[in-house]
Amino acid sequence: MTTVPHQIMWNRLISIVEEQAQALIRTAFSTSVREAGDLSAGVYDVAGRMLAQAVTGTPGHVNAMADAVAHFIREIGAATMAEGDVYITNDPWMGTGHLHDITVVTPAFHLGRHVGFFGCTAHVVDIGGRGFGADGNSIYEEGVQIPIMRLMDRGRVDATLIALLRVNTREPDQLIGDIHALAACNGIGTARLSAMLAEYGAADLAAIADFILDHSRRATLARIAALPLGTARAQMRIDGFSAPVDLCVRVTIAADHIAADFAGTSAPDPKGINVPLVYTKAYACYALKCAVAPDIPNNAASLEPFRITAPEGTIVNAIRPAPVALRHVIGHLIPDTVYGALDQLLPDTVPAEGAGALCNFQVSLRPLGAGRRAEVLCFNSGGTGARPGLDGLSATAFPSGVMTMPVEATEHAGPVVIWRKELRPDSGGAGRRRGGLGQVMEVGARDGYAFDFSAMFDRMHHPARGRAGGQAGGATEVTLSDGTTLPGKGRTAVPPGATVRLAFPGGGGIGDPRDRDRAAVRADLALGYISAQAARDIYGLDEDT
Amino acid sequence: MMQTANLGVDIGGTFTDVVLETGGQSHSTKVLTAYAAPEEAILDGMAQVCAKAGLAPGAITRIIHGTTLATNALIERRGARTAFVTTEGFRDTLEMRSESRFEQYDLNLTLPPPLIPRDARFTLRERIDAGGGVLIALDPAEVAALADRLRDFQSIAVGFLHSYLNPAHERMVRDILAARLPGIAISLSSEVSPQMREYERFTTTCANAYVRPQMESYLGRLRARLAATGATCPVFLMHSGGGIMSLDSAAQFPVRLVESGPAGGAIFAADVARRYALPRVLSFDMGGTTAKICLIRDGAPKTARVFEVARSYRFKKGSGMPISIPVIDMVEIGAGGGSLAQVDALGQIRVGPESAGSEPGPACYGRGGTRPAVTDADLILGRLDPDGFAGGSIPLAPAASAAALDQHLAAPLGCDTLTAAFGLSEVVDENMANAARVHAVESGEDLTGYTMIAFGGAAPLHAGRLCQKLGIDRLIVPPGAGVGSAIGFLRAPYAYEATRSVYMRIDGFDAHKVATLFAALRAEATDFVLSCDAQATVDAAHKAYMRYAGQGWEIPVALPRAMAETPTAEGFLALFEAEYAALFGRTVAGLAVEITVWAVNAATPLPTPALTPPAATAQPVATTPRALHDAARGTMQPAAVAPRALMRDGAHLPGPAIITEAETTIIIPAGFTATGRADGCIDITRGQP
Repeated sequence: MTTVPHQIMWNRLISIVEEQAQALIRTAFSTSVREAGDLSAGVYDVAGRMLAQAVTGTPGHVNAMADAVAHFIREIGAATMAEGDVYITNDPWMGTGHLHDITVVTPAFHLGRHVGFFGCTAHVVDIGGRGFGADGNSIYEEGVQIPIMRLMDRGRVDATLIALLRVNTREPDQLIGDIHALAACNGIGTARLSAMLAEYGAADLAAIADFILDHSRRATLARIAALPLGTARAQMRIDGFSAPVDLCVRVTIAADHIAADFAGTSAPDPKGINVPLVYTKAYACYALKCAVAPDIPNNAASLEPFRITAPEGTIVNAIRPAPVALRHVIGHLIPDTVYGALDQLLPDTVPAEGAGALCNFQVSLRPLGAGRRAEVLCFNSGGTGARPGLDGLSATAFPSGVMTMPVEATEHAGPVVIWRKELRPDSGGAGRRRGGLGQVMEVGARDGYAFDFSAMFDRMHHPARGRAGGQAGGATEVTLSDGTTLPGKGRTAVPPGATVRLAFPGGGGIGDPRDRDRAAVRADLALGYISAQAARDIYGLDEDT
Repeated sequence: MMQTANLGVDIGGTFTDVVLETGGQSHSTKVLTAYAAPEEAILDGMAQVCAKAGLAPGAITRIIHGTTLATNALIERRGARTAFVTTEGFRDTLEMRSESRFEQYDLNLTLPPPLIPRDARFTLRERIDAGGGVLIALDPAEVAALADRLRDFQSIAVGFLHSYLNPAHERMVRDILAARLPGIAISLSSEVSPQMREYERFTTTCANAYVRPQMESYLGRLRARLAATGATCPVFLMHSGGGIMSLDSAAQFPVRLVESGPAGGAIFAADVARRYALPRVLSFDMGGTTAKICLIRDGAPKTARVFEVARSYRFKKGSGMPISIPVIDMVEIGAGGGSLAQVDALGQIRVGPESAGSEPGPACYGRGGTRPAVTDADLILGRLDPDGFAGGSIPLAPAASAAALDQHLAAPLGCDTLTAAFGLSEVVDENMANAARVHAVESGEDLTGYTMIAFGGAAPLHAGRLCQKLGIDRLIVPPGAGVGSAIGFLRAPYAYEATRSVYMRIDGFDAHKVATLFAALRAEATDFVLSCDAQATVDAAHKAYMRYAGQGWEIPVALPRAMAETPTAEGFLALFEAEYAALFGRTVAGLAVEITVWAVNAATPLPTPALTPPAATAQPVATTPRALHDAARGTMQPAAVAPRALMRDGAHLPGPAIITEAETTIIIPAGFTATGRADGCIDITRGQP
């Protein structure tokens, strides 16, 4: 028997989950889903093993979702599952790390037989509580919690749940609209799966599941087996919120797996920047997979050889009821930590440290006279770290997979003016390979409005470090137009007429800047990526040559 | 009255196709594209078809031209030295893009360099707000000072924030620069692409400026050379939106010529759709390097407001330049007859986007190619006759195909040649089917009940299998499939879509503003069409792009003329809710509705083509046998071969069967039946009628 039909069905499953994700984007309400792509979609076998995942989506969801369905099977009970059922949760420890992510799982039936599951996750705009921010002291302040439960029972929506959710959020229509979009996209996946099984005359997913997982496991293990064995440690200090945080990792390459353990990492913060283990696993795993097996599709078997652990009571394995709303700030910095260790084991493979966390902020505007209040959320990125063979990417998200919003769209969302949004010269860490440039922004209100500014930044006191003689990237700077420095996290009332000036971090460099190709230094100077002074003093560009 | 003689010319990457229609006859030819002087190939082809028709060039009444030259200049970065002038604080918008990575797992990802490098981007102190008001006035003295720094450039693009709402500052820059820098082409974002979202608008404007000197020069030479042969008739250009525009407009807005060839193909398919009164059609155009898929509803190709050109990373979404102009919405993937196959790290067959092109070509061409291409698989599977390819002009070598398949696929996979060939073919077909499915869902469509129309050299070989994969029951292969785009040009209307981004909520509906806006758009679009043909009847179609406040995807809502002239909030809302329910099954109660983009499409009415009469009484055709691979059984099975010339009206050929012609080969899978039709189409339906 040839494997061609199995290969085709594998490709088809990937196409089906991609279609599932596109349907979600088309019908979603939250900006985080439809503008920024903060979502994921996947298909699972009856045992809850993930078989395929849409490439659309961001790593925090993508890898966390791999574990989610097993929790649903345990909590709901496989024997009670019926056609037309839809399950839901926003449990940060069993879903994807904070209450703002709603996970919806649908059992898929084919000719009356339970053949698998479709699951999807999306970041919703509001889930009640204090609102999106780091200010909660526990999970109870961060919003309404939905345990794993039935959203639909044999096609009937749980009206009690919907009524409870409606009354507990600032944006009931959008929340309920998004939940319907999640359920609908799983429905599309289920229909397509059934059509595929009919086309190939397969009764269930068992054979194709074994084929996918077998191939993926073998391919991933072959990559790992080709690596040198060894163990290395790394530590990275970052700003944190109440106090600086040390992220510590020990990475071990064994013959048949790679382990990353976060023992030694700082204790949780009193405020909401703590990270459930599932989210730590997602980003650590993502970092390892990019470096070792980037082209092998994501599924249970290709993720399995990456074993991620962290002691309970560290900030990267925070336990209920820790506040976790902004878990992304630290989660996004985990790959840099892992790469600090991996670089010692696999030279010339991974990038230097970069901006890491997205540079997000929220502006809350209120009229001084008549007018409407408005909340404006902005996603922005700094520079990525230099790569061993390439410069870093300027103003580009890594490890997150999201997009920024157009300035013109942001200015339509509320009476805000973005006065500046452009590259930040000299912020890319100098080196033989230069770090990516960060960016500068300047934000104000239209005449007649005042605003509060909520910062969600790191790398203010701990910029991205360079490697092998490369220099650090520029640090985050947050100041008022009068020169006052603002904190990197938390909410500040901006005086009328003032603007907030932001300088987002650059990536670290690799290698001695004086070894940088002279033509590249001259090009950087001509393009204004570096100043004449940096060219001369740091890169040693002799203007006579 | 003088007899009409219409000439359609499509300059493609390899061939320039020329079609002359006159006196009910059609004459076509293909000549090799001449990169240095593309007009030479046109003159050559025109001479050939004129000779066939016994017509002098002076008797041609209309020339319609589409070209890939603008696209190629963008892909190959062979444009003019171009400067970009923008708002202070936004020098790097072009370079920062959406700030995302289009490939999540590649640590060594490189982003395409911006079309205009940083040292050719200049800023001026000025600012328009989101309401169109002036926050900072532009100082003419600053513009004059900037002019001195722009002397070395051949072309200038100007893009200010919110200029789609208030173009005054951009126009002031043009006036001052034009006076100081005579002869330099200046492109304004408020004219090239007056839509919200600065990155897309600026990129589009820069692309226009970048190709403009070259295209102006080419179009000028073309007009002169045509006139010298006596062809003094009007020359029109096919644009990306599927309509035709004047040569002068094209010289000013050459970015609108991008992908005009494939747009012609979609028009070609739409014409067939109308001849058969087909409400829902999937057009499938597969050539040597890419396949293009487009949805056609009620005889009109689906359109969009933005698409991507010059994708730099395996045709991956996000890796190219977004061009924000009205376009026929197509998905293009790297799957053609020349696409090459290999086995990847997982032991899976991968096909494309790398292509063998025409040199060296697939292994079976015997021109030095050693890697297996889609055409090699087609040959081994019995779909191609080694002695009948391209009318017998290119003899194919099955042994070379088998050797390439064995070495690169069969050996690493541990299977035989036939299985490797089928695997390759299945993978490329599945790639295309997946692209079609995702495109359909992105368009809110389900392909059940669609009819496929296939054209392009490789499409009829794969269309039958694609129909099986997509659950499509009917496939039509029109005649002239090899020069479909050029024929399509001759079916296109004079058309122009004017669009504007103006944000408005239904609960803040300003009827006067809406009526004024539509009147301005209608005048702009209509004038454009009248500039092509001053006597033309012009139909104007009005659309508003609407969504629930909070959603990111607008849906186009067609508005009756009366609703555009005397608009009401209730009327807009009712039309939106009807459309939304049709697409997504339900409306969402209690949410505000907003309008983001307004559009008027002015076009000359399409002549209603005569419906193809029902097929004549079924007649069997004489056939010869050939072994053809059967997908369901996985083995070679006997199939009936008939030349297309025998497929006259009513000719009846059940699958598995093969219809041969010089330009292509049509495969009829088992379970399908082909019927010849009066207009020369081959009509293939599932089942045995």
